[in-house]
Parts: sequence; C-alpha cells; structure tokens
Amino acid sequence: MTPLTAHLLVAALLFAIGLAGALTRRNAILVLIGIELMLNAANLNFIAFWRYSPHPEALTGMMFAIFSIAVAAAEAAVGLGLVIAIHRHLHSTDLDQMNRMKG
Amino acid sequence: MSVIFWLISAITIAGALFAVILKNTVHCALALTVAFAGLALLFLGLDAQFAGFTEIMVYIGAVAILVVFAILLTRGSETPKDSVYSRFPVAGLVAAAGVFAVLGWAVLQSAGALPHAMQMPSATAKEIGYALVGRYVLPLEILALLLTVATIGAVIVALHEKEGK
Amino acid sequence: MTEALASYPETMTCCATLATRLLWIVPVAPMVAAGIIALLKQPYRKTAQMLAIGSMVLSLAISLFAFSYTVGGWMQGVTIRETVNFPWLHFGTTAVELGWILDPLAAVMLVMVSFVGLLIFIYSSGYMAHDENATRFFCFLALFAGAMLGLVISNSLLLLFMCWELMGLTSYLLIGFWYFKPSAAAAAKKAFLTTRVGDIFFLLGIVWLFAQTGTLLFYNNGAGSIEHSALALLLAQPAALGLSAATAIGLLLFAGAVGKSGQLPLHVWLPDAMEGPTPVSALIHAATMVAAGVYLIARVYPLMQAGALTGGTTTALTVVTWVGASTAVFAALIAVAQNDIKRILAYSTVSQLGYMMAGLGMGGVAIGIFHLITHAFFKALLFMGAGSVIHGCHEEQDVRKMGGLKADMPITFITYAAGMLALAGVIPFAGFWSKDGILEAAFTWKLSNVPFFMLVFGALLTAFYMTRQVSYVFFGYWRGHKTAHESPAVMTMPLVILALFAGILGFFGTPAWPWFRAFLEGHAAPFEPGILLEPELAILMGVSTLVVMVGIVAGWRIYGEKSPAASEPDALEKAMPGVWKFLSNRMYVDELYEVTFIRFYSWWGKVADVLDRRVWGGAVAAVMALTALLARINRSFDTTFVNGGFDKTCEELATSGGLLARVQSGRVQSYLRILAAAVVALAVILVWSSRP
Repeated sequence: MTPLTAHLLVAALLFAIGLAGALTRRNAILVLIGIELMLNAANLNFIAFWRYSPHPEALTGMMFAIFSIAVAAAEAAVGLGLVIAIHRHLHSTDLDQMNRMKG
Repeated sequence: MSVIFWLISAITIAGALFAVILKNTVHCALALTVAFAGLALLFLGLDAQFAGFTEIMVYIGAVAILVVFAILLTRGSETPKDSVYSRFPVAGLVAAAGVFAVLGWAVLQSAGALPHAMQMPSATAKEIGYALVGRYVLPLEILALLLTVATIGAVIVALHEKEGK
Repeated sequence: MTEALASYPETMTCCATLATRLLWIVPVAPMVAAGIIALLKQPYRKTAQMLAIGSMVLSLAISLFAFSYTVGGWMQGVTIRETVNFPWLHFGTTAVELGWILDPLAAVMLVMVSFVGLLIFIYSSGYMAHDENATRFFCFLALFAGAMLGLVISNSLLLLFMCWELMGLTSYLLIGFWYFKPSAAAAAKKAFLTTRVGDIFFLLGIVWLFAQTGTLLFYNNGAGSIEHSALALLLAQPAALGLSAATAIGLLLFAGAVGKSGQLPLHVWLPDAMEGPTPVSALIHAATMVAAGVYLIARVYPLMQAGALTGGTTTALTVVTWVGASTAVFAALIAVAQNDIKRILAYSTVSQLGYMMAGLGMGGVAIGIFHLITHAFFKALLFMGAGSVIHGCHEEQDVRKMGGLKADMPITFITYAAGMLALAGVIPFAGFWSKDGILEAAFTWKLSNVPFFMLVFGALLTAFYMTRQVSYVFFGYWRGHKTAHESPAVMTMPLVILALFAGILGFFGTPAWPWFRAFLEGHAAPFEPGILLEPELAILMGVSTLVVMVGIVAGWRIYGEKSPAASEPDALEKAMPGVWKFLSNRMYVDELYEVTFIRFYSWWGKVADVLDRRVWGGAVAAVMALTALLARINRSFDTTFVNGGFDKTCEELATSGGLLARVQSGRVQSYLRILAAAVVALAVILVWSSRP
C-alpha cells in the first residue's frame, strides 16, 4: 500500500462518514457538519494527489485545496445564516419539517 | 506507512464518526473540531504546510466557531423528542456504504497506476504568494468577491427582521 | 346548289335561284313570330295576332313568288327542281346534311298551307276573341305553321322528321289548349302517344335508309337517297320475308304516315283531338298536319315505287292502297252514327285521308295530292263553318240540339253547303274531280277491284252522313234554347273565300284539262274537253254521281224531310239498333286498345314500379342499412377504444404524475440519498467501461 493509496482510502472513508451524517441526521446543522466533512475529504484527496504528482511545483493541488477551504468557509457562513433564519420562522431545525418545496 | 500516519488517521476518523453519531449537537461540533485538527496534521504530514495552517485557521478558527454559534442560537427547540436520526436512516447508511465501497474499490483497483512517492516539493509561502498574485490572480479576486458577497448575504439573511418591515 | 331534273319529254336547265334561296324565310318567319309572341304577356293579344298574321302574309307572299317561278318554268317546258343543301353534323368523314327543295310538289303544298293557314289565322282572331289565353294560342299556331312549312320544303328526311316531331308537339299543345279540361288533357296525351307509335317505325326507316345509302337527302345531284343509284342499291339489298330493303324501308316510313294521318290501326287519336279549339281542328286536323303523312308518301314516292314493273305496282304501294281503302270505309261507317258536329267531320277527315292514301297507292303522286289540296280547302271550310255554328249556338256541339239555322246564319249556311257538296263529290265542285281521279285509278288497278267497290261505298256513305249532318243543323226547326246568331265578319269572310275555292279549284284537275297532274309530273297539259265523253270516263263519272245522289236523297228522306226531335232516337237506330250501337261506339276500337295494349302497359308499369321500389329500392336500402351499421360499429369503436383509451391514458398519466410527485418530498435528505446512489452507479459504469 503506497502512501497515496492510504491517504486516498482515508479520504474515502471520511467522505462516506460525512455522507452518512448528512443523510441520517435530523438536525440541519449536523447536515452542514457532514457536508464540511465531505469537503475536507475532498481537500485531502487533492493534497495527496498534489504531493505525489509528477509536477508538484505547479502548486495546482495546493491552490485548489486553499480555494476550496475559502469557499467552504463562505458556504458555511451562508448556510448557517439560512438555518438561523429558518429557525426564527419554524422554531425548529428539523429538516423533515422544512418540506415546503415538495411537489 | 508510518505509525504516525495511522494514528493521526485514526483520530481524524474517530472525530468524524463522533461528529455524526453523538446526540448532543455541541459534542458533535467539538468532535468535528478534532476531526479538523487531525486533517490539518495530515496535511502537514503531506508537506502542505500552508494548507494545514490554513485549515487550522479557517476551519477550526472560523467554521467550527460558526457552527457552535449556530447551534447555540438555534437551541430553543433543542430537546429531541424523537430520534436524532431522520426517517429511514438505513437508506442513508446504505448509500454511504455504497459510495465508500465504490471509492475504495476504485482506489485499490487503480493502485498500480497511481504515481509513486516523489521528492519533497517546496511549497513555501513565498511561492504560494507568487502563485496567488501571478497565475491564480483571477480566481483570487473572484474568491474575494465571493467572500464579500457571502458574508454580506449571510448577515442579511440572519438579520433579525424589524417589526413592520 | 341547284339542279334541275326533267321529266319525260322536257329538257333540263338551271337558272335563277332567287326563289329557292329565299325559300327558307317561309318556315322561319312564323317561327320567329312564335318566338316573339312567346315573350309577350297575356294582354297583348292584338300584337300577337298581328305578328302571327303578318308572318303568314310574308310566307304566303314568298310561297306565291316561288309558285309563280315554278309555274313559269313549267310553262317554258322545264321542270324546276332546285335544292339548297348544307352539312349539319360532322362525325368522322361522314356528315349529315340538311337542305330544302323547290319543285312543283313543294310549291303547290306551300301555297296551300300558307293560304289556308292565313285564312284560319284571321278566323281565329275572331273565334278566340273572348278567350283570355289568345296570346298563347297564336304563339303555338304560328309555331305549328312554321313547322308545317318547314316540312313541306325540306329536302332531307332528317329535317322532315324534325318538323314532323315539332308538329306533333304543337298539336299536343293545341289539342290540350284548354288544359284545365281533363278530357282535353287526355286527348292531347292520346294524340301524342298514338302518333309516337307510328314515329318509332318512321325513325327505324330513317336510320335504315341512312345506313344503306349514307345520306338522308332526297335529291342531291344524283347522290340523294331516293335517286337512281341509291334505289338500285336498296332494291338489291334483301330484308326479311323476301322483301327488299326498299320495300321494307318504304313500309316503315308508311307506318309513320299511318300514325300521323290517322289510318286504320292508329286513327283513334283524331276524333278525340276535336277537344281543341275549332281553328285548331280546321288547320291541323283537317288541312295540314294530317296531310303531312300523305305528303311524306308523295315525297318518297320513288322509293315506294322502286322496282315496279311497268304498269304494275310494288308491295309497299299495295299495302298503302289496302290500308287507305279500309280506313276510308271504316271511318265513313262510324261517321254515320255520330252526333257531335265536329266528330262527324273528324271521322270524315279520317275517311278522306284513306282516300288520299288509296289514291297515292293506285294512281300516283298527282292523284293523291290533288285530293289532298282540294280536301284541305273544303275541310277547313267545313270545320270553320262548324266553328261558326258552335259559336252561334252558344257553344253547343250536339247536332240534335241544333236546327233551322238556315235562316239565322245564312252566310254560314251557304258556305257550309258548298263545302258539304264538295266533300260529297257533287259535280262541278272540287271534291268531285279529285275523288273521281281516285276512283278512276282504282277502277284501272291491276291487282284487284275490291278497293274500287270499297271506295264507291265510302262515297255513298260520305254523301249520306253529310246530308244527315246538314239536315240536322240547318234544316228543320230550332231545337236549342237561346236564339242563334250569325258570326262576325272576321269569321265569315274566310268562309266565303274558301267556298269560292271549293268551287273553282276542281277545274285545275279535270280530265279535260289535267293541269295539276301535268304540273306535278312535268309534261304538257292539253285541253281536251272531248275526253269527258269517252265511254269509260263518262260511265265512271255517271256511276259516282249516281252513288252520291243516292246517298243525298236517302239522307234527305230520313232526316231532312222528317226533321226528328232531339230526344227521339235516330231513325236508323230504330231500324238497326245493334248495328247503330256498334257504329255509334266507334266500333269499340278504343275499348279494344284499352283492354289489350293499355292494360298490358299499365300492368307492365306496375311490374316496373314493384321492381323499382322493392328490388332496386331494396338494394339501395340494404346498402344504406349496411352503411348505417358500419357507421354504428365505427362509432362504438371510436367511443370505447379510441376515446376510452385516450381517457384511460390521461387518467394513468395523472395518477402516475401524482405518484411520481411524491418523490418531490421537499426533504433534501432524500434528494441527497438519491444523488449518492446515482453517483455510485455512475462511477461503477465509468470504471467498468474503462476496464481494458
């Protein structure tokens, strides 16, 4: 098992856990936590591939990961703001109750 | 692989696992922080120092705090009457397991085609700085715009509505 | 095209054709007048009369001009025969030609028809003065005159037939003039249908002639259908029963004449035709239309005579003779027992037509046509006189209700008497000479002398019934109700003119000076009064005069002297009631036809009706029912399957839409679940497909 493979497996496991959390928890914030985990797993993937790529001096993987972190931060801010706003109306963070968009 | 790596991986995975299992939301947020820390260490282990420190500063220092704040602000109806899990959690677990299976299998299958260990790259802050304002200046500016908009948007969305507005 | 043919001693020549070229105006003028009158409204009767009479005057003028030209030619020793032919219908390489002809026969007929026609037109303006439909009357009358004149000058059998049919039509219209009388309408229909029977055979003859000779023109510079080459061809061609084509065609043409001229089997329409107004009876059923049949036979006489051995006769002419003689006797017998003034004259006409046919058959064209000409004059006179009597007796037509009119209607009486003497054949009136010509021909006929005796008997009967009629009407006492009065001058003037002609016309055809015969046959006419004293001729004249005297005396003795009352049965009826009844009922010929032909025909009509309604109608109804059934099946199919299927599909769509909408639960976690599953599947597919 090469280091790269190990890192990739870890990232995959993290991703699966994040996905499981996003799919199974009732609280909206915990869904966001799951999403953050998924993003981080992807970042790990990027960094691992960058480290073991033929041309690491291009800094592509690193840049990608940095930008991903920045975007994730922005997204977490907006998402949590939305959850707070919804909580003000519904007095609950239960995702199952946020089904106004049903068809 | 070295023991350090497996240890740090174990901590990260444990943290993530607890983050999605625990009933108390705050505990979940704290476990998440542990997971972030573990990830940062993994980045450091991969010679991506800047990414690791950025991870610590942004994720642990901002996102986790934000999550805690959000949890605390939406705590009013916190007492869980029913289970903390949604309806049909099994389906979600199955989906996640499926995803992991596919990803793992893909990785293992293509192990031979993946690149091997190379020499340590130099990714100093200086070089990253040069890259940011050189090659990646446009994404940088856009990102700045994005962050501005997101921050303002989040503030507006979460703003307490005035009476009669 | 002009062509002059000489008869025997004369030479040929051809010269000025102005008369022939103008000849087409003669029939066209009255037809144009008829057309204009047809457009006039009812109150314009005076205009209608003037138009009709004016057109007849024009026709008469041109006819006289043509006649004088022909006579002039005869006096120079030339027989004029000029034709104008033109092609009418082209089909392929052949063409049907029409044309007109000017020769002595046509000229004489033209003058007679236009002159008598003009007088009758003038008479009608007085007779129809009180009738509100006078305009229509003059229209039909003018059309008829045009048709008759056209028939007389036609050089083509087809043109002749067309005018023949036109005369049939106008006869129908005029007999049924008072259409609101059911008897008049029935009589018109009977006339038309009976003549139609004859016309079928006529048409067959025309078609056969055209097929054999390739032309329907009479005279066409040697190429005509009754000229030498054509006749030779027809004689050589055999038809059925050992006859030649010439004979067969001649008999077919004669069948047409039988219908039109009221010869024996087809005479039934003529007495019934008296339903029409009296001028109609005078013009059509005495002088002109019924004479058309005789004229036809005269025109195609070369055909009828084809193949005759010198001094002998042909089969066709023999048939003509026998039919004519039988008709003469038959009709005269019936006339004895009739009581309607016009019916007596009608049967008399039938009888005289029989004489004409017999004359043609035994004596030739001149003999028959001379009787036709004289008969036209005095029969028209008699009919018009009868009309005057009817008018004067306030529309009474039964002779037993008249009487003693000699004093009340003197002009009518004198003219009527002249006509009656002419008809009976009293010397020196016209009828004597013409009838005598026929009797002479019958006496010298080779095949048999039975016709001679039949015709003599007929002359006896003619004298008898005419005397009976005159006695009833003019002598004795007045048996009617109101007083009778004389007719106005416009009606009596034509009577006088005709009476004059009835007197003098005979002198053109006496054996002493046979001008008429000479004119028609194209040779000289010597004036030989001494011929009258020849033993054969003198005996013949004596016999016929004797016979006539016997008839007149018998009639006078029975009717004139005793002057029976109206209600008394007739003297002869008392003597021979069975015979009288038989004769008075017209020998039951109408009844015979009713039982045989009419009944068969109505049975056939019923069969056709049943066939039409049940069989063909049934077939149509079956098709209809089938179509309706198919339509119903189609509709049910449409409703259940198409509509139902469509509705079902829409329902299913809605339901499935409703079901599928449940996927949109609004819960993001389920969306994410599905996304994850989809990603897994996609990844598997990608990896699987990229394996080496």
